[in-house]
Order: sequence, then C-alpha cells, then structure tokens
Amino acid sequence: MEEENKKTSDENPLKVNRRHFFSQLSVGIGSLALGSLLIPDLFRGTGAVETAAQPLGIPHFAPKAKRIIYLFQAGAPSQFETFDYKPTLRKRMGEDLPESIRNGQRLTGMTANQDKFPLMPPAVDFKQYGQSGTYISDYFPHIAKIADDITVVRSMHTEAINHDPAITFFQTGSQISGRPSMGSWMSYGLGSENKNLPSFVVLTSRGKGNSQGLYSKLWSSGFLDSKHQGVLLRSGKDPVLYLNDPDGLSRSDKRHLLDEVSALNKMHHVETGDDEIESRIAQYEMAYRMQMSVPDVMDISKEPESIIKLYGEDCQVPGTYAANALQARRLAENGVRFIQLYHQGWDQHGNLPDEMAGQAKDVDQASAALVMDLKQRGMLDDTLVVWGGEFGRTNYCQGNFDPKNYGRDHHPRAFSIWMAGGGIKPGLNYGQTDEFGYNVVENPVHINDFHATLMYALGLDHEQLTYKYQGRRFRLTDVAGNVVKDLLA
Amino acid sequence: MRYKITIIAVLALLIGLLFAYKKGVFDFKDDGYAQLKLPETVNYNFHIKPVLSDNCYTCHGPDANKRKAGLRLDLETTAFGELPESPGKFPIVPKNLRESMIYQHIMSEDGDELMPPPDSKLALNAYEKRLIKKWIEQGAQFEKHWAFLTPEKAEIPNIVTSDPIYTEWGENEIDGFILSKLEENEVHPSERSSDETLIRRISLDLTGLPPTPEKVKALLDDDSEADISKIIDSFLASPAYGERMTQSWLDVARYADSHGYQDDSYRTMWPWRDWVIHAFNENLPYDKFLTWQLAGDLLPDANKEQILATGFNRNHPITQEGGVIQEEYRTNYVLDRTNTLGKGILGITLECARCHDHKYDAITQKNYFEMFSFFDQVDEKGLQMDAVQAKNQKFFADPPFMTISDEETEGVLSFVNLEKGKDIKVMVMNDSAPRTTRILNRGEYDQPTDSVHPGTPPAIFAFSETLPKNRLGLAQWLTDTENPLTARVYVNRLWAMLFGKGIVETSEDFGVQGSLPTHPELLDWLAVDFMEHGWDIKYLLKKIMLSATYQQRSEMRPELEKADPENKLLARAPRFRMSGEMIRDYILTTSGLLNTEIGGPSVKPYQPAGLWEETNAGADRGILTQYVADSGENLYRRSLYTFWKRTLPPPNMTIFDAPTRDFSEVRRQKTNTPLQALVLQNDVQILEAARVMAQSMLEKEPDNPDLVKDVFRRILIRTPKEKELLTLNAYYHDAVELYKKDSADAEKLVAVGEYRQRDTDPAKTAALMLTAQVIYNLDETITKE
Repeated sequence: MEEENKKTSDENPLKVNRRHFFSQLSVGIGSLALGSLLIPDLFRGTGAVETAAQPLGIPHFAPKAKRIIYLFQAGAPSQFETFDYKPTLRKRMGEDLPESIRNGQRLTGMTANQDKFPLMPPAVDFKQYGQSGTYISDYFPHIAKIADDITVVRSMHTEAINHDPAITFFQTGSQISGRPSMGSWMSYGLGSENKNLPSFVVLTSRGKGNSQGLYSKLWSSGFLDSKHQGVLLRSGKDPVLYLNDPDGLSRSDKRHLLDEVSALNKMHHVETGDDEIESRIAQYEMAYRMQMSVPDVMDISKEPESIIKLYGEDCQVPGTYAANALQARRLAENGVRFIQLYHQGWDQHGNLPDEMAGQAKDVDQASAALVMDLKQRGMLDDTLVVWGGEFGRTNYCQGNFDPKNYGRDHHPRAFSIWMAGGGIKPGLNYGQTDEFGYNVVENPVHINDFHATLMYALGLDHEQLTYKYQGRRFRLTDVAGNVVKDLLA
Repeated sequence: MRYKITIIAVLALLIGLLFAYKKGVFDFKDDGYAQLKLPETVNYNFHIKPVLSDNCYTCHGPDANKRKAGLRLDLETTAFGELPESPGKFPIVPKNLRESMIYQHIMSEDGDELMPPPDSKLALNAYEKRLIKKWIEQGAQFEKHWAFLTPEKAEIPNIVTSDPIYTEWGENEIDGFILSKLEENEVHPSERSSDETLIRRISLDLTGLPPTPEKVKALLDDDSEADISKIIDSFLASPAYGERMTQSWLDVARYADSHGYQDDSYRTMWPWRDWVIHAFNENLPYDKFLTWQLAGDLLPDANKEQILATGFNRNHPITQEGGVIQEEYRTNYVLDRTNTLGKGILGITLECARCHDHKYDAITQKNYFEMFSFFDQVDEKGLQMDAVQAKNQKFFADPPFMTISDEETEGVLSFVNLEKGKDIKVMVMNDSAPRTTRILNRGEYDQPTDSVHPGTPPAIFAFSETLPKNRLGLAQWLTDTENPLTARVYVNRLWAMLFGKGIVETSEDFGVQGSLPTHPELLDWLAVDFMEHGWDIKYLLKKIMLSATYQQRSEMRPELEKADPENKLLARAPRFRMSGEMIRDYILTTSGLLNTEIGGPSVKPYQPAGLWEETNAGADRGILTQYVADSGENLYRRSLYTFWKRTLPPPNMTIFDAPTRDFSEVRRQKTNTPLQALVLQNDVQILEAARVMAQSMLEKEPDNPDLVKDVFRRILIRTPKEKELLTLNAYYHDAVELYKKDSADAEKLVAVGEYRQRDTDPAKTAALMLTAQVIYNLDETITKE
C-alpha cells in the first residue's frame, strides 16, 4: 500500500492515489457520513508520503506557517490614516512638499499637473497601544486591541503607481499580467491539505468607498497547471460556480447519474487503455465531494453567539468583509492553503475622511476578530495573516487645498501593512519613513522581499521554487527578493 | 593458504575499488542516467546545445551583462577561442578532453572549480557529462541553431526491413518520416480507424463541430468504402471551417470584446473577427493572411478589407485608468505587439530581450527594440479617455480607427455581419506618428537610451536592404520563403491542432530553450511543401489528414505503454479533451439547438448570475458592470461569439483552460479538474440542451423503443455496444419509474432553460434528459478520438 502511494503521489496532487482511491471507493462513497467529508485527507489513505525525488508538496525547510490568510485592502488605504503617524504633517499643513523630499518621484496623471502639493495632516488622531507602543489611528479601535499580536511594516515600497500594475505586482510578483498568483505558487509548492477543497480560495467584498475593479488574472495560475488557480468562493446559494445540482435532481438521483457515468467511462477505459479516463472519474468524485464539503464549510449556522459577537453582526450578512473573515477562519481550519480576501473601496482621491471612516468600519472589527479567533484556537502559530493594500498615498492633497474634505493620490515609495502569526515576530514596528512619511529611511521592504519572507515562513526557498516555462525558470520573486529575517520569530 | 591469498586479493580489490571510487572513476554511475545509451553520433543541436543552454548560458551565453569569466559558449568563435581571462586556455578543444576547460570543469570534484557551480542549484547528470565527452572526442562540431537554418526537403526515408507491417503501411510522404522512426524504435503503427470515428475526428478538426448522424450516413452511403478525400473536402468547404480556424487564431491575436486592465470597458473589434472567419473560408494564403494583418494599411492602394485586417495589432489591452502616465502605457502597447509577433508568429520568446540581451537565443536588446520600432509609429495615446468618459461615447474604439457603414457592408466588407444603418468604428493601425525608437534601459519606458532603426534579428534571417523599413517590409521579411521560422511555426501549430501536440511541443518557442522537434525532417518537409503550395492552409490540412498517420486508431496498445507512453512516435492517433468552446458547440449541435449564424456583435449566453457585478469598480465605471444574458437565438450561437470580457472571461471556457486573452497565447493546457465536472453537470446551457433533445425526440416518436439508442447515436456518432445500451436502458427505465412517482421533481427538472417547452410526458422527458446528461458527461463525448 505504501509503495502504491509513493508511485502515484508524484502525479497531479488532485488525482493523488487514484488507483488506491478507487480501492477505497468501492465500498461506496454515498454511504459515508457527511461530516467525515471535512476530515482532511480522508481519501489519501495512510502513509501517503511524497517521495524524496519529488520537490513539490514538501517544504524546503521547517515551516512556521502552514497557510496564509491575506486580507487585501484593494484600492490602497492611506498610511497616514492607518499606521504611519506623522505629526509633522499637522505642523506643516498646507505647505508645499519640499522638492528635496519628492526627489524626482514620478506622479500619476491625476496630480502630475498640479502646481502645488500642499501637505495634509492625518484626518484622524493616533494613539499608541500595547507593550509595543504601536501607533494606530482612531479609525481602528479593534485592531488597536491586538497591537501586540501584529507586526506593522511601515517601510513597504513598490514601483507601480497605478492600481492595475500595482495590485498585479503584489499578487503575482510582476506588474505585467501572465505570471501565476502567489496563492498558485503556494499551492504548487506545498500541495493541498484537504483533497475535498481547493487549496487556493478567493473571497471578495466591497465597501462604500471609491473602488477599483478586480480581475480573475489576480488569482490566475498563469503558466502553472490550472489546478493551482484560485477558486472564487461566492456568497449566496452557488458558492462555487456550477456547484449546485439542478432543481428536481435529488442527491441520490445524482449518485445514480454519477455511477452510470462512471460505469460507462470504465467500459471505455478498457476499450481505449487511456488512463486519462480514470483520472476523469476521480475528478467527478472529487466534484461530488466538493458539493458537500463546500456548503458545509460555508455554513456558519453552528457558530456560537460569542463568535458572531467577536466578528460583529455583519458576519451574518453573506458577502460582507466580516462574513468573509469568518469564512476565512473556517477554510483555514479545513486545510485550505491560501485564503485570499479582497475588500474594495480604498481609493480615496477625494472625500477621504468620510470614506476612510466607512472603509475602516467595514474591516476593523472582523480583521481583529480573525486574529483573536485564530489565537484562541491555537491556530495563529501556523496561520500567517496579512493586511494591506497595493501602494501608499501621497502626503499632499489631490486637487485644491481644503482641510475638511480632500483626497490623496497614489504613492509608491512608502506605505504600511501588518502581519500576524505564522512565524512572524509579534508586536514589532518595522521600518521607518521620514518625517513627511514620503520616503523610507530605515529597513525598506520591497514587494519581492515581502514575497520571499512569506515563502520563508511557509518553509519555501523563494529561489528554489521555480517553474520552467518558455525555457526560463520563473520564480514568484523573479530575480530579486531577500528574506527579511528581522520579521521572523 | 589459498584462502589467505584470496582474502588478500579481495581486500586489495576492495581498497582499489574504494580508491577508484574516490578518484571519481565511477562518477558516471552516480545517478540513474549512467545506463542510458549514447547516440552513435553526437549532434550539437540535438544533444549538446540543450545541455549547455539549460545549464551554462545564464552566465556564458548571449547576455553580455551577466557573462562570467568572459566565456561565451553559444558562439563557435568564442567557444573554441582563447579564454580572455585565462590566456593559453581554451573552453573546447576538439578531440582533446584534457585541454577542453569546460570538460575539466564539469568533471571537477572541487566545489570551487565545478561547473555549473553548486550554488546555482544546477547540475549535469552522468548522461549529459558522457554526451559532452563523446562530442568533444568526435570533434566537437558546431552548428547554427536548427530552427534558424532555412528548412529544406529531405529525402523520404526508406524502410530498412522487409517486415510487411512497415512496407505495406503508409499513404503519403508524411508516413515515410513517421514510419522510419517507428521502425528505428521497433514499434508498429496502428491500423486505420473505423469510418465513423474518422469522420467524427475530421469533422471536429475541420469544423469544430460533430457531424450529424445523417451526414455520416450520407458520406458512408456515397461509396461503400468511405472516400476520405471527398469527406475532407466537404468539411473544408463548410463555413464552419472558418469559424473553427478563427477560434484558435483569437488566442494568438488576444482578441476580446473589452479593453482589459481594471475598468475593462467595451470595444468593437468584432468586425475584425468576422474578417478572420472570412479569410479562412476564402482560404487566403497564410503569407497574405499575415501581411494584411501586420501591414494591410501600407499595401499600395490598400482597400478597407486590408485595413480592417490590421485590427490584429490593436487587439491588445488598452487602459482606461484615469491616473496613468501616457507614455508608460503607449509603450506597453508597442511591447505587446512586438511580443505577439515573437510568440504568435515567429515562435520566439522575443520578450526576454526587452530588459536585457536574451539569455538563451542570439537576440540582443538592440534587436528587440529594432523590432519594437516597426510598431512604434502609430498615432495613438496611452490613455484616450477614462472609463467614465468612454461610457458616454457613441463609438467604442480609440484612434486610429476606421468606420464601417452600409456602404462598405454592401461592398468590400460584405462579410461583416453589421445591422443596417448602424455605423461602427474599429481600431486599426497606421504609421502617422513617426518616432525615433530608443532602446529602453531595463525595458522601462522612462529610461530611453540609444536610438535604433526598424530591423530584425540577423541571427534569424537577414533583413534585405531592398525592403522598406516599415511594417510592410517586416511582413515581406516574415513571408520570405528563406525565413526559417514563419512556415515551420505555422505548420507546427496546425499539426498541434490535429495531434494535440506539435512536432515541436513548445509551439510558442522554437528557440534554444524550446523543445526539439520529434521529427525534424518531417517538420521541414511540411514547411517547404506548404510554401511550395503557395502557403495554402486547406492544402496543408488535407495533406496531413490524408496520411495514414492521421487516420490511425487512437487506442493505447499494451506494448506502447512501455515503448512510447507519451505517443511521441505517433504509433497511434492521439486522444485528447476538446476545448471548452468545442465542448459547448458539440452539445449545442447534437441537441439541435445550434444557431449557425456567422459573425456579428458578440453575444451573451447563460452565465452564473452576479459575476461581473461582484468584481466591477462600481456601476458608473464603464459599461460592462452587469452581465445581462441575451435571450432567444443568441443563447445558442457558436462559442467563438461569446462575449469576451478580459478581466472576467466566460467561466465555462476558462475552467477548460481558455486563456484570459490579456496577451497572445498559442498553446492551451489540457487539464482535468473537478470544476470541469461541475460545469458539465450543472451548466444551464448543457442541462437545457439535454432537455430539448429529450423533448424533441419524445414529441416525434413517444413510443420509439430505441429512444436511448438514438440519443446515444446522436451524441457519440456511433452505435452503442450491447453492454453500453443495456446499462443505459436500465438507467433510463429506472429514472422513468422514479419520476413517475415524483412528478413535481420531474417538472422542476425539465423547466431548465428558456427554450420553448414541448408537451411531452414529464417523467419520460426527465428520464431521457438525464440519460442524455449521462452521455454528455462521458469522457468519450468531450474527447477527440
């Protein structure tokens, strides 16, 4: 049996042990209790160890984190109203950004023609929290409570100044579309923990703030096998596309239908000798299991009142950020490797004070709740949570100077994100910007470094996890990236 | 005493062996490659260069900036020349291993000397080391890269043995090349497929649609022995042929109905798509097909059809994001055109040379920007208008564009399926903004350096002085019969379309790092033959289809599992899953729902609700924020007319590996996933088709005892085997009984889809619908055999 496992496990991980799988299946999958479908690896049998010659599916070194939950704040929240406190901006409000600070930075088409760049103070007050004394704005009272669990990186920087290339860069390591998403890389590198669920899952929500579109290329597997593609989990009755059987077809009718398909496929397998047919039969069985496991994971009706309170009432409204955050924890519990959330609406070119308050309200409580919830379950140790957008925002206002209502344009040179759990040092404040919050002056972290560090936490060497395509060995970090060891516990 | 001597002898032997082992005498045995048989004659292109390229070129290849120790191995002069940093030493000395420094380094036991260096994570295996050794011993012959040599027709190989299995097999020249490899590997070809299978195969390959059982019958009745030549002609003459060929060209041309990037608003490029269908159906020769698309506007007295063809190079994504820097995006568009030429037409990864000299192929960054320069003269902007502004325009095309009105559709553009009185604008190319192209440092738009003139990489094929230095000259260079790539690449792509895999598997990369052809002489023969026949696409397809190779059975024979599991030798026909488009069209055709209208604006068939709404940027941004499915006949158009929104392409296509069309793609994956199983089981389009088929059959002959058999025949174009029919009949009758007991469920099930309901017995309809659904979900149905 062990031999058999070894032989087949280096094939497509989704069809791991298909022969072995059938030997188990012959007892009849329909007779298995529904609850057991959520036990990871039920169908992998015992002793399913990847062979040493097989580089994928095993980490390069001991991992701290087994999975990532990425709370992407799409549109790019301003660092000046979140985690980078700059009192100088208040003192020098309305003054023009000194040319020595701008130092040749290119501007987007939206502010390139402004003749003045009046500095704008934070729209909200900051306080220090926790042992770490982390500065957090008043927009985020709940995240303030977990100040000692998170590490704020204030020295992130990128090259892109527009949303599409910037978010593509964050998600795929390249500004140009076509590369695999980071979730796909993780799925490729580490395989799946639960054969009944996809290893890379995407959930989206939208706030009322000015928002930017999302695109399926962000969770595309690029040139990697498309089984590593992110699967969009949607709110509502069809959480995975085409998941629901048609009306009028009961579960047992469905089983009959599948058995009939299977029987005919097997006859044809004998005729043709093509093993791809065996694989197809296995995919049909997995689809059948997903039809039960996905709704089961997404059903929060059994979550206790305390959990609902922790995440906030919104978590009962499907499609909200809070609901997705709770969903993320449930998916993490069930072995999903990479859980990607997007919350749209963070693009405050105008109307910043109002919109940011609203956006923060959408995400503050549930983001903090997720970290606390993981912690109380002992899962924060091996789950890495990331919170942040695709770039930062300008310290000066876009358009006319009006302290009551203003916006900030895109800024690539410095911005803030936070991370928690999964091998990241807690309670750290990493990196510094100048007093204008414009340039990084200490410990810069580039997107490539960020990727290298996340991969390291998962036990992957970003220089070793490669895929040869069009004659070249591609990496998530392309030709750059250094692991930021200071961030690691 | 004797024992003692023996023991001493054995000990001495062991020590000797240990010593020898430490000395590296057994180095060749350190991995599983040691036993592989070396070729009689080691060939540079086929044996040596792949090893050097993969392991050495990164530091000792074409890229001057990354070159170490001044050593360059991809050129003959430098590979044999004196090492610039080690006077008196030479990388390769023919027939002299001791003096050949590369051999000394790859065999070194010293970590500091060993090549590739251990920290590169690269290593040569024992086979590769032995190859290099033998190559040097045999004289280290160098050759130009195989794909850059002008193809020539080789002699058709003769069969060596008198085995009748070989001597009596074969229909045309193609089989000669295939057979010679089979014979060499002692593998027999397969026999000819059954007529039914063959007709289904030809129909799918040439029209993308299954034949109707009536057509199969007519073709077979026509002659007792099916006349394959006539059958091929009849499918080639069908208008569906142009649609099928267009389907794959749309991936190459990154065609979409939206602009892409984040706002992803509407554009009207579909008249260009109508032109492609027309061009294929008219059998426009491939050289003209390319010339018009690349430079139709520059032809003397260019007509509107030729100008419309240039829409090819405006199919790339265009941003409508308010804050972008114009030059950054304008540069992106030119880069895209250059890369599309590389990947889609030349089969070369040109884009690798955007930021630096190509690391593997002899293409410099300067060469790249010389190519770029051809496409850099367009009077266009990086950002014409943002999505909010664009929403309120009458036309959905950024300049430069052409207008199509009734005047044209009644004349030269009669193939554009445009409603009367509804003018439309389509983006096309011009050279109205002459620019001096500069090499961009690291490929960045804001780091221009030296200026360059339009030109092509000399390593591929020299750009003649007599050619105009514009896109027309580029097209003439491409379609010159001396150009080593254009014909090879296209012939290979058609081969891949029919066989699932090209003779060069990496059909997008004929460069040094691409795969080597499995049958190089055949590829060259076909390329030359194609050009000799005036780049005639229909001729080429027919030629291949008339071969015994193509007409073989696709069953895996037991002896092939060992001898050739990947079917590289083609001892049988391939068996592979159809594309998402083909699967959907297959189901529409067999159910009788297919609407065969050609061309026109793209349509919106069924799609799971809410998809566009969930990810858009807000309702006022552009006009593609909500998906409202069409109704009536538009639900049943062929899949190539399905509206393609780049940021969220139709999920029932992408789940079957369709690319997003963000950039040119020439090869689709063929995965097998659970999500595909869900589409086939639960897509309304398919359930409705099963229902409609059931109702139409029951309406016609409610008491037909062969209902199940007929459904089977309609879908699979063959008669079911007894065992198959037995189980399917049992399944059908069980289902009838079940739904008789639960008529409410039956009614719910058959309510699917908006197509007109017919007055048939609900239980029987539901049962027959599920029976059809079973067959639609069979591997055989979605596979070309």
